[in-house]
Amino acid sequence: MSATLADEGLLIPDAPAEPGEFEQQLRSLRDGGRKLLVAYVTGGLHDEWPDVVRAVADAGADAIEIGIPFSDPVMDGPIIQEASELALRDGASPVTVLDTLRTVDCGVPLAVMTYYNLAFHMGHERFASSLYEAGVRAAILPDLPLEEVGPWATAADPAGIETVMLAAPTAPDERLPRVVARARGFVYAVGLLGVTGERDALAASSLVIAQRLKDITDKPVLVGVGVSNGQQAAEVSQVADGCVIGSALMRRVVAGEGPAGAGAFIAEVRAALDAS
Amino acid sequence: MSLPEPSSSGRFGEFGGRYVPETLVPACLELEAAFRDAWADQSFRDELDGLLADYAGRPSPITECHRLSAELGVRVLLKREDLNHTGSHKINNVLGQALLAKRMGKTRLVAETGAGQHGVASATAAALMGMECMVYMGEVDMQRQALNVFRMKLLGAEVVPAMSGSRTLKDAVNEAMRDWVATVENTHYCLGSVMGPHPYPWMVREFHTVIGKESREQCAKLLDNEIPDVVTACVGGGSNAIGIFSGFADTTAELVGVEPAGGAAVGRGVPGVVHGMKSYLMQDEFGQVQEAHSISAGLDYPGVGPEHSHLSSIGRARYEQVTDDEVIAAFQLLSRTEGIIPALEPAHALAWISRDRAKLAGKTVLLNMSGRGDKDVGQMMEILG
Repeated sequence: MSATLADEGLLIPDAPAEPGEFEQQLRSLRDGGRKLLVAYVTGGLHDEWPDVVRAVADAGADAIEIGIPFSDPVMDGPIIQEASELALRDGASPVTVLDTLRTVDCGVPLAVMTYYNLAFHMGHERFASSLYEAGVRAAILPDLPLEEVGPWATAADPAGIETVMLAAPTAPDERLPRVVARARGFVYAVGLLGVTGERDALAASSLVIAQRLKDITDKPVLVGVGVSNGQQAAEVSQVADGCVIGSALMRRVVAGEGPAGAGAFIAEVRAALDAS
Repeated sequence: MSLPEPSSSGRFGEFGGRYVPETLVPACLELEAAFRDAWADQSFRDELDGLLADYAGRPSPITECHRLSAELGVRVLLKREDLNHTGSHKINNVLGQALLAKRMGKTRLVAETGAGQHGVASATAAALMGMECMVYMGEVDMQRQALNVFRMKLLGAEVVPAMSGSRTLKDAVNEAMRDWVATVENTHYCLGSVMGPHPYPWMVREFHTVIGKESREQCAKLLDNEIPDVVTACVGGGSNAIGIFSGFADTTAELVGVEPAGGAAVGRGVPGVVHGMKSYLMQDEFGQVQEAHSISAGLDYPGVGPEHSHLSSIGRARYEQVTDDEVIAAFQLLSRTEGIIPALEPAHALAWISRDRAKLAGKTVLLNMSGRGDKDVGQMMEILG
């Protein structure tokens, strides 16, 4: 199998032994006893999006995922689909989002969350270096699973971009350690079977996947997909090192609540995490 | 067979692969293993062959088009997939996938559909086998193909409009994949073309090789030199084309896929990744997927199956483009000369023959008549007044 992968240029490089900048910052916060909160903001949605990023950082997000909108976001539910469509209609592109991001000094580590075709189309090396130059240190590409990550990781690792891997509830036990070994920045535990979006209650599967991951890795384990409010964030962080909040935040931004509303919501989640 | 298996990573040359969310990777691996097992199991093959014969009506005949040939100066043969149950080649694939899904213990099918032919076929197979079926269809296509929407509902399927993006086939695929991400434990995604993540492009091709196999045998009896000079078919995702190409890939026959000018992934696209595969894809300067525009809902797709990208890149097949106007003329031509109303999709292949008839003069061309035109009559009535 690995010989064939090498023949096809798909060999998966080992992740560097040393954690990158992004991961180190999350690790040191976690090791200091803090529950981690990563917020997702769609880049290019309304002119005020840089202010949303700053407000969310000021309100206590430990890192921020900037969504570079893609035409076919297959892992996203209705809210992030809508946010992406609106941003694309406003003329957002990888170039405009990253150019703007250079000017946003929000004081917390930045990741991008986008789909693989944007990286593939620009070219792996060029995409990785544009991310780095824009101040981004990690990348989440939800349609690039372990078997396909090789060519991208080969370019991203030396460029200083940490590729976050997703770990799903459907993964058998033999698969999780291989996913975790390739994960940098943090391990993104997919909380449920489904796409991004808010849910009334925390899925039991999110606690199960978090525990399965905590049992096998020291890397930060954050649960995303279906974590909708402070209470759910606190609940899942009893097991995980923290969580990612996206749709619940973007619903408020899409509804026009602006940086103030976004900041207030993240402050609420932060408070719930700190009290837990 | 004459077209080889993809590599272990699911590639045809540089195209293909398995670019899916992590949640779906185990399901794709499970599906691949189940398909390998079933395809090597004679009892599965016998059961499928039985259904294809007794339920779908195979083998489909080849019709020699005397009047059309005289008018064009090209000898045209039609592989009559339009005569299959449900009116198109799509039934070959869905019967295979539904049998496989049942064998895997799945109780529910999800499918995407453009013109509605694959949706109708999926709903049919689900009804036959007592499975639940949900079909995603672009909102725009639901209006264009209202009759097929009603047929699917009659067959017991639920039809859900895809409201995002261009609200056509591409968005229906996105919705079906999102459904599958959430329901993978009991649901099989019954993908309708030779596209998507490995093993779909390969598996769907295998279920359609029956078209090529029959055609090869039929041509051997019908033609003095046993194989046609040209084998042609329309290409959206490319399932009917790969099905008929598979029977002639190891011959001297020229293989010609015909794309709509407004959705010509091979002709106008560059390599990209969407819907689980790397293939030629129509996209903008940043890699955003562009919306296709075609008179035919079934070909309104900005991508193409990865094996077609490969066959094009190695020069084994070539891909032509035709305009909507040329298709409308071909639709009328076949109706008038042969008494066969074609679906708008295969009318693309005839439109190419008609346009290039001088170059094709005296040659024998086998065209895959992938579907019948009943579904398009309403739309054509509006266009032709």
